[in-house]
Amino acid sequence: MKRGPVSIRANSIAPSGIRKFFDLLASMEGVISLGVGEPDYATPWRIREAAIYSLEQGRTMYTSNLGTPELRQELSRHLEQQYGLKYDPATEILITVGVSEALDLAMRATIDPGDQVIMPAPCYVAYPASVSLSAGEPVLIPTVEAANFEIDAADIEAAITPRTRAILSGYPANPTGAVMPRDKLAAVAEVARKHDLLVMSDEIYARLTYGVEHTCFAALPGMQERTVLLGGFSKAYAMTGWRIGYAAGPREIIAAMTKIHQYTIMCAPTMAQVAALEALRGGEDSVLEMVADYNRRRKLVVKGLRDIGFSCFEPKGAFYTFPNITITGMSSEVFAEKLLQEEKVAVVPGTAFGACGEGYVRCCYATSLPELEEALLRIRRFVNKHGR
Amino acid sequence: MFNKEVLKILEKDGKLTPKQIAAMTGSTADEVGKAIKQAEDERAIVKYKAMINWDKVGNEHVWALIEVKITPQRDVGFDAIAERIYRFDEARTVYLMSGTYDLAVLVEGKSMQEVAEFVTRKLAPIEGVTGTTSHFVLKRYKEDGEIFDSKEESKRQAVIL
Repeated sequence: MKRGPVSIRANSIAPSGIRKFFDLLASMEGVISLGVGEPDYATPWRIREAAIYSLEQGRTMYTSNLGTPELRQELSRHLEQQYGLKYDPATEILITVGVSEALDLAMRATIDPGDQVIMPAPCYVAYPASVSLSAGEPVLIPTVEAANFEIDAADIEAAITPRTRAILSGYPANPTGAVMPRDKLAAVAEVARKHDLLVMSDEIYARLTYGVEHTCFAALPGMQERTVLLGGFSKAYAMTGWRIGYAAGPREIIAAMTKIHQYTIMCAPTMAQVAALEALRGGEDSVLEMVADYNRRRKLVVKGLRDIGFSCFEPKGAFYTFPNITITGMSSEVFAEKLLQEEKVAVVPGTAFGACGEGYVRCCYATSLPELEEALLRIRRFVNKHGR
Repeated sequence: MFNKEVLKILEKDGKLTPKQIAAMTGSTADEVGKAIKQAEDERAIVKYKAMINWDKVGNEHVWALIEVKITPQRDVGFDAIAERIYRFDEARTVYLMSGTYDLAVLVEGKSMQEVAEFVTRKLAPIEGVTGTTSHFVLKRYKEDGEIFDSKEESKRQAVIL
């Protein structure tokens, strides 16, 4: 048989299951989108202004592969101040093109063909794919609404095989908005230590928590030496389009990641690095203000969804709600499709984040207050029309 | 004790109802209503107003910032003269300043002439006022944290993830 143009590996990963909605969405008018997982704010001006100035000054060349020394130093300070963690800016921090690149590098640097990576689900769509692209095998462990979508250490332990290499965790979580309490995360850390597993911890939503404290995986006892901490600027500083993130971890892993980064990316965009530095130095007030504002919308949306009759888990982090829509008798996908067609509200079916997301939809509340109120009205009308 | 969260929300949007604010803060409309009433009673909430961009409406409006130098008076310092000035409706904003002058007075009028008249006939002759410098406003870009002609709309693309 003639071989097709696409590699077996590329063929092996599924396309994101939500594409068709968004093709449809793009052709419709008057749609309120609760689908996009990004802040509705533009990047705070002082951050944009710093980048513009750097362009005016002609800072348009490559930087060190690792990222500018100033940014790595500032980041090192930031992580120490936030979590009491000490990372050597010269060897233990790598600036990347968003957490997306950092995640890919972390996998490619540590996963050999056949290695298994355990991850709680429902989870961000790129997690399983990032493992598959490294010829590893993603192992999804369902988390449930009744347990606040938290990881149960016993479930992780039960899934461990001789091929298990790492745990990939992402809390505060996309799509559920769940936050891991310190004691439960410590139990997972214990399992990782006991079975000598690596941990990739995607903490892109670390700054977006509401009334609870985020626990950094690497800051748990004995975890820094086996954890690759993945972080970024997109969510906290409203910088999604800049594509700037980082990895902090053990020297050996960061060196391996840097090697791959060197050959594929060279360095993160210089102006985005300048912007990130300004974000760390002067963006704190903006973060606090945005978090306070997200929190108000979070409460409004959770209450609104519950008033409609949905069971809705209270998310303590990120900017998502993950209501249980089973009262409608529809599958997640049918619900999302009909809601878009009939009421022009875009949400993402829970199944996009793993089979265990069936019965749920993801609603992002990073949208203006009037739009959220209107969306809730439309969803109510939709549910009343279709019965419950 | 004031409910600061309620005040912060209202400061951004004075039109929100207690019910809406209750949903945003996780309390009841009744509790929010009480908090608002208390703040109103104690004048923590001074007033609810709309911010109008008069340039858009087409009304002729003129603003000027008047620097006022004054001689402080025994016992009452600057306050008595400030009061004489801020009681005029034409004086929209009045601050006591550090630096090379004493009072900053933002004056609003229908025409340049009207503003000039106010300054020369009312403000400058007040006893204790030793000098004024008038700066007419050419364009109002931003006031009280609000940009008048904000071109920044959401530029989000219909993407996912």
